[in-house]
Amino acid sequence: MADLATFLAYPISLLTIGGIYAVMCLGLNVQWGFTGLFNAGIAGFFAVGAYTSAILTTPAHPDYLGGFALPVPVGLAAAMLTAGVVALFIGWLTLTLRSDYLAIATIGIAEILRLIVKNEDWLTNGPRGIPGIPRPFEGLSPFQNNLAFLLIVLAIVAVIYVAMQRGLNSPWGRVMRAIRENELSARAAGKNIMARRLEAFVLGSMIMGLGGALMAHSIRFIGPEATEPLLVTFLVWVMLIAGGSGNNRGAILGPMLIWAIWSLTELVTRQLPSDWALRSAYVRVFLIGLALQIILQRFSRGILAERPPEPIPLDDRDQPDKTPPP
Amino acid sequence: MLEFINFYLIPGVVLGSIYALGAIGVSLIFGILRFAHFAHGDMMTLGAYVALPLVVGLGFTVYAALPVAMAGVVLMAILIDRLFYKPLRDRPTIVVLVASFGVALMLRAVIQFAWGPHSHVYEKGFRKPIVFDGLRIAERHIWIVLLSIALVVALHLFLTRTKTGKAMRALSDDPDLARITGINTERIVAWTWVLGGCLAGAAGVFLGMDTQITTLIGWNMLLPVFAAAILGGIGKPYGAIAGGLVIGIAEELSAYPWIGTTPLLDPTYKSAVAFAIMVAMLLWRPSGLFKGRVY
Repeated sequence: MADLATFLAYPISLLTIGGIYAVMCLGLNVQWGFTGLFNAGIAGFFAVGAYTSAILTTPAHPDYLGGFALPVPVGLAAAMLTAGVVALFIGWLTLTLRSDYLAIATIGIAEILRLIVKNEDWLTNGPRGIPGIPRPFEGLSPFQNNLAFLLIVLAIVAVIYVAMQRGLNSPWGRVMRAIRENELSARAAGKNIMARRLEAFVLGSMIMGLGGALMAHSIRFIGPEATEPLLVTFLVWVMLIAGGSGNNRGAILGPMLIWAIWSLTELVTRQLPSDWALRSAYVRVFLIGLALQIILQRFSRGILAERPPEPIPLDDRDQPDKTPPP
Repeated sequence: MLEFINFYLIPGVVLGSIYALGAIGVSLIFGILRFAHFAHGDMMTLGAYVALPLVVGLGFTVYAALPVAMAGVVLMAILIDRLFYKPLRDRPTIVVLVASFGVALMLRAVIQFAWGPHSHVYEKGFRKPIVFDGLRIAERHIWIVLLSIALVVALHLFLTRTKTGKAMRALSDDPDLARITGINTERIVAWTWVLGGCLAGAAGVFLGMDTQITTLIGWNMLLPVFAAAILGGIGKPYGAIAGGLVIGIAEELSAYPWIGTTPLLDPTYKSAVAFAIMVAMLLWRPSGLFKGRVY
């Protein structure tokens, strides 16, 4: 049993983190894949979620805010809420304008959140970060606990996937795609573009906040390095575009695949002498950037191309012409 | 009063000049290519690092290394455009924005690979500032401002006196009209990168002269530079100059002890000032001070 546990430890952690990235990607998919909103501040929403849940669930500590020791699900829900509030503010500010403004505003808010996380020691313990973030089922053995946490993450991915799939195939999802493809005709059809965009942006950001909270519980620690724009924002983007933006399955496959490549190559480069290990980290970043460019230029649909929502069966449509006149 | 000028106003003008150089580039690129260029900050970083081996290794003065850094950034900008932006010209411009986000990280990775993660300075030690009757100005600050003014005047002459410059403004104002008059779009795009690259390279070197050189200096400039471009009105290079100065001065003045003896705003939150100004502008007047376009 012990051998099996050590043997499975790596795949379990790989799948857990991959699953958390899948949560983030599903969130970005609502924004970018469905609605075409560019969010360059994923790291910011991730940080809001991670720190909210960390502060609410950890025991008291003299150096920073805390001591609420609430159950983990409460932390997760609060993480979604706070990330949603931040998104509401940013969205309300910029969504009437062209998407470039949203991109700039999201990068700005992410930057400011990073500064807050780094400098407000009373709130976040500054550069030292918040340790000892609990997980659910702390009573189990470490192996069982890891397994249980993996199952929780996978269950959350499944729930979000089903919800997003339903959303995509619903009239709501169709309006989103219509806004993305041709805003003017969507407006002409009487759709409230601003409200739908705001919904997509807030919903996506709430899911990202949930992803951040899950990450904090998963590694039991959150510090400012975890909210670096590179690791979170950029990886999530590459994952979604590689998997296939607009396709919810792609938003799960992409992160699993890219995360596997990312962490397996890290296993290799860690064997190198320290000077080269550091340099190879830059090579990895360069290559993942290059991969993004190649996908954008050559394989812009990603691995799993977007599929238009299933057509509504004829019988279910309103057919006023068929009803006999009174 | 002198303290206010020496330690807040003068650094504000210096920082503002550097922001202005970056913001003009962002504004020009947005005007011609219609996307927010997210790799602009890292192009500035590249400028600072191209000058570094010339100054530290070969013993050039920073001012002699400046043209080389500008040329290096121009070459890189044109190469990047050919490899990564040109293939996406027919696609929605937001896709090019995604590509430029990737380019920013690739550029930074190259810089980190070549020069390592440590911070550098062009010149070690402390130079005595020039003092006029209590007014203290560091020599490098005078040069940064004067050279920025020279660059802006050169840009102004280029945009108003040369045929290419006029074509550039025409393309920015009305792309369809410009195209039917036979303006070669790709040539103008190349010139846009020449101008944007020159200014970004110079801004990077100036920033390196003012503080120290790290691989993140450019990325940290991105937010104030975008804020300056929006404040001035996107697509309006002259507005970008005003925007840059306003943001730079506002950032420095925010740390002045206006009320009591402590700084009004902790200096670590300087970039929040740029963000706040940008937010206010987007709410009040998204077209910017100089009536740029709202997209």
